[in-house]
Amino acid sequence: MTATTTAPTTATNPSPEFLRVQGLARSFQAQRPVFAEVDFDVARGEFVCIIGHSGCGKTTILNVLAGLDRASAGHVFMDGREVAGPSLERGVVFQSHALLPWLTVRRNIAFAVESRRPDWRRAEVDAHVEKYVAMVGLSAALDKKPSELSGGMKQRVGIARAFAIEPKMLLLDEPFGALDALTRGTIQDELVAIVRRTQQTVFMITHDVDEAILLADRVLMMRNGVVLPDGGWRPGGIAETLRIELPRERTRGTLHHMPGYYELRNHIVDFLVTRAHAA
Amino acid sequence: MKSLNAKAALLSLLLLLVVLGIWHLATASGASGGAAAGMTAEEVEYAKMMGKDPGAAKAGGFPTPLEMGRTAWKHLSHPFYDNGPNDKGIAIQLGHSLARVGLGFGLACLVAIPLGFLIGMSPLAYRALDPFIQVLKPISPLAWMPLALYTIKDSGVSGIFVIFICSVWPMLVNTAFGVASVRRDWLNVARTLEVSPLRKAFRVILPAAAPTILTGMRISMGIAWLVIVAAEMLVGGTGIGYFVWNEWNNLSLTNVIFAILLIGVVGMLLDLAFGRLQKAVTYVE
Repeated sequence: MTATTTAPTTATNPSPEFLRVQGLARSFQAQRPVFAEVDFDVARGEFVCIIGHSGCGKTTILNVLAGLDRASAGHVFMDGREVAGPSLERGVVFQSHALLPWLTVRRNIAFAVESRRPDWRRAEVDAHVEKYVAMVGLSAALDKKPSELSGGMKQRVGIARAFAIEPKMLLLDEPFGALDALTRGTIQDELVAIVRRTQQTVFMITHDVDEAILLADRVLMMRNGVVLPDGGWRPGGIAETLRIELPRERTRGTLHHMPGYYELRNHIVDFLVTRAHAA
Repeated sequence: MKSLNAKAALLSLLLLLVVLGIWHLATASGASGGAAAGMTAEEVEYAKMMGKDPGAAKAGGFPTPLEMGRTAWKHLSHPFYDNGPNDKGIAIQLGHSLARVGLGFGLACLVAIPLGFLIGMSPLAYRALDPFIQVLKPISPLAWMPLALYTIKDSGVSGIFVIFICSVWPMLVNTAFGVASVRRDWLNVARTLEVSPLRKAFRVILPAAAPTILTGMRISMGIAWLVIVAAEMLVGGTGIGYFVWNEWNNLSLTNVIFAILLIGVVGMLLDLAFGRLQKAVTYVE
């Protein structure tokens, strides 16, 4: 068993923490924070998945990391600087792809590239866009509108857009949630390949246990906030951190043959079924 | 689909012929069975001397389709003549009306779209201005006319003002609604890309809200074209509304009917143009 209960991971990460989250809390109702005292670090080049049931505050944490939402308490530091708002340093892939429907694939990504590099000439932007569209295998759809693409293709464009601004960190909010199982598998494999190649630091939300094991170096398991038997409130938070010590070269085809895979899987499923909601 | 269109066109044509036929029958029988029938030459002469010309009843009465056609041809073959204040070509009259509508509508765009943007972006501005909009919106544009004539003192400018005031509301409300309901995801994309406010307004919010804004403009244009006729009847001088009123005073129903048809056709063309524009900015999600 590779589970290390809330153990700090610094020992196994020689590089200093790239992203540091300290005492994070967010409440929408007074006295009932969705989550509180959330602490974790992400090392440079690390792929961290956060898993938990709906309503535990995963997306809120991601939005705070992105700078789209403000925490009620706590701090987020990236590269030694506090996160105070949205920034081009952090690319976000939204659950609903969030492409601008009146622009073609090319213009959608160019919009992002032009924001990142306002000094670039059109030809430079174009070349850059084409490179990243080719990376997700959509060169043929370069001049199509999002409405002409399938769900999987749209999500690929979303990923290409996030990568194209060459952020220091990538935040993915359940990017494959709306896709069918086959498409999801293909894009997961692509994402693994791209992330390994670019050494991108990634923080990703997922509902899917296999997805977490396939992609992550570390899985943060989040429990929901609950009403205690005595009527009090215990906010949600990160209950456990699970290091995935399978070889990094994983694919969907080989994953379930790897030794240790089922122990990891059972551990996460057990957590989600029995402990994530427990008071 | 093609055959359906063809059938519809055929049916439209048929309906037109039926209407023209009924019109012809109704007016022709009225003319032939007029008061002149059964009168002796002396009686007719006497009637004329008394100012009740039995033959002229036809000329002053409801025109036949054939007379309509002749009048229409007369107007359309010389649209640009100008014989003084009460006798101008139909194109000149239409031109005056369109210029007023264009000016009033254009000014309304300049005010309503930026203001709508502001209201749509800021919940504070929305709440602060909402009572004013709710009170001002349902006022008939013609009710402003006396106030406009008193303050502006120029009847032509007052007409433009009336067009402005009636065009402004649908555009303002639609722009505000369109801007306020831009998908949060798209705004978040702009935020994570650190897009400047101006660039966000023009590259994200404006295209996202454009279909709703264009709907507002289309409604405004429809109302403006309705109102210009009434406004020109009041202010007089030039324009298609004034033409209708003038021809009514001349008791020339033929000219009145011709003008009515022309108002309909121009209104349709304006709507068609905005329909095209609307289609151009509409996107599929």
